[in-house]
Amino acid sequence: MTATIEPEVGRARPRKEDARLVTGRTRWTDNLTVPGLLHLAFLRSPVAHAKITSIDVEAARRAPGVVAVFTGRDIADAQGSLPCAWPVTADQVAPAAPSLAVDQVNFAGEAVAVVVARGKAEAHDALEAIDVDYDELPVVLDLRAAIAEDADVVHPDLGTNRSAHWVFDSAEAGTGGDVEQAIAEAEVLIERTYRQQRLIPAFMEPRSVLVDPTGEQTTVWSATQIPHILRLMLALTTGVPEHKLRVIAPDVGGGFGGKLQVTPEEVVALVVATRLGKPVKWTESRSESLLSAHHGRDQLQRLTLAARRDGTVTGLKVDLLADMGAYLRLVTPGVPILGAFMFNAIYKFPAYRFACTNVFTTKTPTDAYRGAGRPEATFAIERLMDELAAELGRDPIELREQNWIKHDEFPFTTVCGLEYDSGNYEAATARAKELFGYDELRAEQRERRDRGDSVQLGIGTSTFTEMCGLAPSRVLGSLSYGAGGWEHAAIRMLPSGKVEVVTGSSAHGQGHETAWSQIVADQLGVPFEDVEVLHGDTQSSPKGLDTYGSRSLTVGAMAVLKAGEKVIRKARRVAAHMMECAEDDLEFTGGRFTVRGTERSTGITEVALAVFAAHDLPDGVEPSLDSAATFDPDNFSFPHGTHLCAVEVDTETGFVKIRKYVCVDDVGVVVNPVIVEGQVHGGLAQGIAQALYEEAVHDESGTLTTGTFADYLLPSAVDLPHFDTDRTETPSTTNQLGVKGVGEAGTIASTPAVVNAVVDAVRHFGVDDIQMPCTPMRVWTAINGGPTDAGGPGGEAGGGLGSIDSTGGAL
Amino acid sequence: MRITVTVDGTTYRDEVAPRQLLVHHLREAIGKTGTVVGCDTSNCGACTVHLDGQSVKSCSVLAVQADGAEITTVEGLARDGVLHPLQQAFHDNHALQCGFCTPGMIMQSIDLLADNPDPDEQAVRHGLKGNLCRCTGYQNIVRAVLDAAQRLRPDPAPTGATEATEATATPGELVGGER
Ligand code: FES
Ligand code: FES
Repeated sequence: MTATIEPEVGRARPRKEDARLVTGRTRWTDNLTVPGLLHLAFLRSPVAHAKITSIDVEAARRAPGVVAVFTGRDIADAQGSLPCAWPVTADQVAPAAPSLAVDQVNFAGEAVAVVVARGKAEAHDALEAIDVDYDELPVVLDLRAAIAEDADVVHPDLGTNRSAHWVFDSAEAGTGGDVEQAIAEAEVLIERTYRQQRLIPAFMEPRSVLVDPTGEQTTVWSATQIPHILRLMLALTTGVPEHKLRVIAPDVGGGFGGKLQVTPEEVVALVVATRLGKPVKWTESRSESLLSAHHGRDQLQRLTLAARRDGTVTGLKVDLLADMGAYLRLVTPGVPILGAFMFNAIYKFPAYRFACTNVFTTKTPTDAYRGAGRPEATFAIERLMDELAAELGRDPIELREQNWIKHDEFPFTTVCGLEYDSGNYEAATARAKELFGYDELRAEQRERRDRGDSVQLGIGTSTFTEMCGLAPSRVLGSLSYGAGGWEHAAIRMLPSGKVEVVTGSSAHGQGHETAWSQIVADQLGVPFEDVEVLHGDTQSSPKGLDTYGSRSLTVGAMAVLKAGEKVIRKARRVAAHMMECAEDDLEFTGGRFTVRGTERSTGITEVALAVFAAHDLPDGVEPSLDSAATFDPDNFSFPHGTHLCAVEVDTETGFVKIRKYVCVDDVGVVVNPVIVEGQVHGGLAQGIAQALYEEAVHDESGTLTTGTFADYLLPSAVDLPHFDTDRTETPSTTNQLGVKGVGEAGTIASTPAVVNAVVDAVRHFGVDDIQMPCTPMRVWTAINGGPTDAGGPGGEAGGGLGSIDSTGGAL
Repeated sequence: MRITVTVDGTTYRDEVAPRQLLVHHLREAIGKTGTVVGCDTSNCGACTVHLDGQSVKSCSVLAVQADGAEITTVEGLARDGVLHPLQQAFHDNHALQCGFCTPGMIMQSIDLLADNPDPDEQAVRHGLKGNLCRCTGYQNIVRAVLDAAQRLRPDPAPTGATEATEATATPGELVGGER
């Protein structure tokens, strides 16, 4: 066996998962089939709010190829209520959430019936034969109107549209001062209302689920981020015993939170397959996905920042309205709460108060979307810091520096009571300014402004942090979350010297197979190629809490490391026996146990073979090196970074072009720099898309008008700039690997950097805000003194720039 | 209707419904599941294949329209176990994360380089604007295409596209992506 010479961790390894993916040798759920497979098609409500007075499915039942048709009433006893794992307050109210609506629909796109047919096309054809009578109810669309005294109510039996009111107050918590006092004593107050528009995760692989009930266990293949959580939740929701369910997430396309869900379609597929005793599959169309898969963001943020004239911040008050949509899905109510501890960001606020009202509307339910709560918080505070700088006539970076936690002040306990373990905001910012050419660009900005150029330059800053590595179980407990935040792993030492790593993390594009192999190769001293990573199947990887919240490396890989430590401990005992020495005399490096001060050594894979044979083991030693570990983190990790964006705004058209984008992220120790860079790029794209392009728009009847890729504007390659990325590396001290997590960083940081830049470009026209997405129409209107607030121009479908031309983007 | 198509070097004769889309025929009847469906409005490009040497979105072509055509999918690119230069460049430049958009991206990139063997960054971005990726932010995809253009340059004769066409013409040599 060959010991690895160059350490694997830190190496820019091309990924092992690519071999399948670049050749089309893929196992997407929709690729799979089993004998006798039947296909599902869902009939969805075209109206946002109505009583279902009747459903006639008789004609559909007789349609060609149709095997069965079910309504909500038909499966009411089996479908249960879709789970919400995060009741944020003790008095939270929530409606029952049937997978198929029974007597009322509460958003346009809600499923009301399902057709089971031999072919997919036949299933879809039969939908047209179903006749539903709706008795329409008033729609509830606007957040502020929804909580007014005389508001129409989405769920009449709840009597209110307020689901929960959640408060954190630093004075009450004893972690800081009283914000009202800070506001009363403030020399400067910045008061703003920002809107986080509704977004759609819009992952590229549509959701798909295949349920085969013909085995001893019912097997569920699903395009999910959370096979383990899904198994438990399907069992609890439908009553199918957990041990009779096997969930497999085969190749799964990027999810970005959008596949962190227990979907109505998964529940219905399980119920229908069980009832018919036949395998069924459902794969959504893109329009179905945009319409009915959960949406993200959608908040109204009322903010008050208190400061002294010298620029020192003294208090921050946050008042949120968060749109739940029509139902509470898996973690819907917790998403805004995840932002509660991040509004204070990297700054030393002495007083802070956060209050959030969760509100029902007759729209598609919201839930996690990349960043989940933290992008909203970061946007608010980073926009406010720019506004404070403008108010005081200060440089926005210098003002931030005055208020941020200095590198020698870590560990630092924030006004929310979180302990930031490490960071160096000065270093990341200095590097970013240098890469950006900050002073030169400011000079050009002045020059263009003086010249009255029709194209104005704006510079936006975002110095962000986030909490990731979700999460210490006891913290989740204190937030009333329904589960823990640990992760599980196991390592199996095969007799031939190869290694299997079992992980509860469930990769869907992140490159866990490569990164975990690198970590294990280093730890056990085996070649990278000799490590196989198994995941995403509750049979091979029986325990886990899956992938979201930038947790895989900080929690999942830590579990792998802990399992590896146990393997080495077991092997050491056997190696000592083999070489007839004391365990303490052994040194383990590069995969070999060496008797200290001698040439005598044996490799861990030789020990694995000896253990397999088990002919000569020390007394009482089990013939196995295999080990498992479950790791629960003590604290979150806190990646940070400085993002700088320069935009050119054409003041005649309102068109925004990103001229330069620089980010320097500090994600701690890096296992694979190529993968980290890729995560940053993808995150930036989604954050920039929120700033400039994307918005889910409902018309006044509650119909989604951005229900296709021709209307919901995912940026294409021409809509995004080249990113200049770099890193500083301040290891996390909360985990042994020193890692912090990177999945959400780019998304969280980039949105305010871009909007700050756009506002900065046109501030001299008297503009201090432009609502997202900053479409040409909105920017132009702002420059020309028109309204830019909620519902202003640009709120139409397809308001973003996008690349969609008259051909609809087709070739 | 009965149609005959040659896909990645193998000829298939099938009965298809007049409304059947080419992409569904490829996936369901022929088993070429490397080619995927990402939308229903011809916006995403995930389904891109080569039809008689030209890239097309196979969700916007009816199977019957492909009667008599030679089709290359991502599964027919590698030869003798060696990846096509664009597949290799995508791997080397980390131009994919989940990989769902990748087959379409690679097929479109081959077409792009066939039209313009020496593109600059903007030309690559424009050439790929009909293909959406939600994971990568495109930067590494652009880098991969520029890298592949470099690799293909010293040997001016077979561009990416002709190579793919040749692969189609010599089924006996197909390996790798073939199943
Ligand atoms: S599936 Fe063909 S373009 Fe989207
Ligand atoms: S790699 Fe996931 S969509 Fe492109």
